[in-house]
Amino acid sequence: MNETEISIKNFSLYIENRQILKNISVDIPKNQITAIIGPSGCGKTTLLRSINRMVDLYTPVLAEGEIIINGKNVLDPDINLSLLRKNVGMIAQAPNPLPLSIYDNVVYGLRIHGIHERSALDTRAEQCLQSVGLWSEVHDRLKDPASQLSLGQQQRLCLARALAVEPEILLCDETTSALDPISARHIENELICLKNDYTIVFVTHILRQAKRLADYVVFLYLGELVEHGPAHEVFTNPQDPRTKAYLEGVFG
Amino acid sequence: MTRYSRDRVISSVLFVPAVFSSILLFVMVIVLFWKSEAILSTKPLVDLLLSSSWRPVAGNFGYLPFIMGTIWVTALAMILAIPISLLSAIYLSEYAPPRIRDTIQPVIDLLSGIPSVIFGLFGILLIIPLIKNSVAPLLGINSSGYCILAGGLVLAIMVFPILISLSFEVFQTVPREMREAALGLGATNWEAVKHVVLKKTYPGVIAVIILGFSRAFGETMAVLMVVGNVARVPSSVFDPAYPLPALIANNYGEMMSIPLYDSALMFAALLLLAIVVIFNLMAQYVLMILRKVE
Repeated sequence: MNETEISIKNFSLYIENRQILKNISVDIPKNQITAIIGPSGCGKTTLLRSINRMVDLYTPVLAEGEIIINGKNVLDPDINLSLLRKNVGMIAQAPNPLPLSIYDNVVYGLRIHGIHERSALDTRAEQCLQSVGLWSEVHDRLKDPASQLSLGQQQRLCLARALAVEPEILLCDETTSALDPISARHIENELICLKNDYTIVFVTHILRQAKRLADYVVFLYLGELVEHGPAHEVFTNPQDPRTKAYLEGVFG
Repeated sequence: MTRYSRDRVISSVLFVPAVFSSILLFVMVIVLFWKSEAILSTKPLVDLLLSSSWRPVAGNFGYLPFIMGTIWVTALAMILAIPISLLSAIYLSEYAPPRIRDTIQPVIDLLSGIPSVIFGLFGILLIIPLIKNSVAPLLGINSSGYCILAGGLVLAIMVFPILISLSFEVFQTVPREMREAALGLGATNWEAVKHVVLKKTYPGVIAVIILGFSRAFGETMAVLMVVGNVARVPSSVFDPAYPLPALIANNYGEMMSIPLYDSALMFAALLLLAIVVIFNLMAQYVLMILRKVE
């Protein structure tokens, strides 16, 4: 069977005494695209942000259970967040370039993790921009502010920036929702290419997108894990009546 | 009256108060200028500004002691206040857990609303004895305690609440997503502050500092209570000084029988107003330039 990359065990999460996620257990397979789907407010993004511990950035949270990556529980208060997030990259909903040049955006992660050698940075920057199909568009203006790129280009830059630190896992939080359809397709295609080397967890509320991308599907409803399994099984033969209803568009 | 014409009337009614407040500034400048005319016609402007002899009875009106006094006290206050304020604002905006922030912030806001005379009393009761009995003797200096250091300290305490809340607001304008971009790559909180928050907001921070300066220039009551008020160009922070606002507040209404005295004080007010306006314009200009660079 498939190798597991992220193992979520009996995971519950409370924010300000309200339970957001209820006893979730699921193994996310390695080198596949896992789509987390479900109606708005079901906890998709919260689950995603728990994996790289962004969830407790602004408000204290109470977490129970475990999220295991490489044998380590990321919920452990003593975990090195810097190394965790180096290994678990994230691409946000809307492009969020740093207030730096295109080049400095891509190599930002490398620099904070201690790589300063010019040639190493140059090589990696080119590789990463190539792999998101941005190199040909920006190679002659690497020193320009990243904010001058179009939104679609910015999002690909954010993807390149995440790839630069060589993570194993990429978390995508409705990563195409702020983009026009063509740029969105562009990103989707990049992700499909990238799954050979990365484990991708993709949150989306667009069912068609999940169908296009996902190898594995996790369906959340009101903070509960209702159903999970290989995409073709969940989409063609959902076991739970709630999944069935959602797929049929009864609630969105 | 139709709804449409009523709307037009309301528009003109609202226009009046809006214009009124902006006209006030021009009225003030014109009145001060007109009142200072008498003193300005006695000597060239440069002589007035650069002469350090202030003997109204003899007809000598040199503003240098007051200008230097203002600059010393304000500069010292800002040197003390800027680092403390920025560090506090960074802590509150980027590090403090919500519970701590929600406790500290109202206190700081309250501090900025305290009447300045209370800060002055606080200076007399605490800071002046401290300087007179501890700080100055430690350095082998004889000081009454009423000096620039005392004025600067009291003024620093008065400007830092406003500097903290303004720079906090500026830091909060950085979108969360942008911090998360850095944090998501494994940056520490400090790296996110340094590379994202400060990088993104430094024009705003500079504008806040300049506004802080212009506020500090005009602060009158608390400073005049502790600064000594001696019309001499100071040469150390343990010397007394006589800032422009103190000159006006202490003397207007007194000794008005001396010729030109009234006009001399009006010119002091005009000078002060000019300094504050120039600093405000500078803040606007810096913001404009830096925004363009981005």
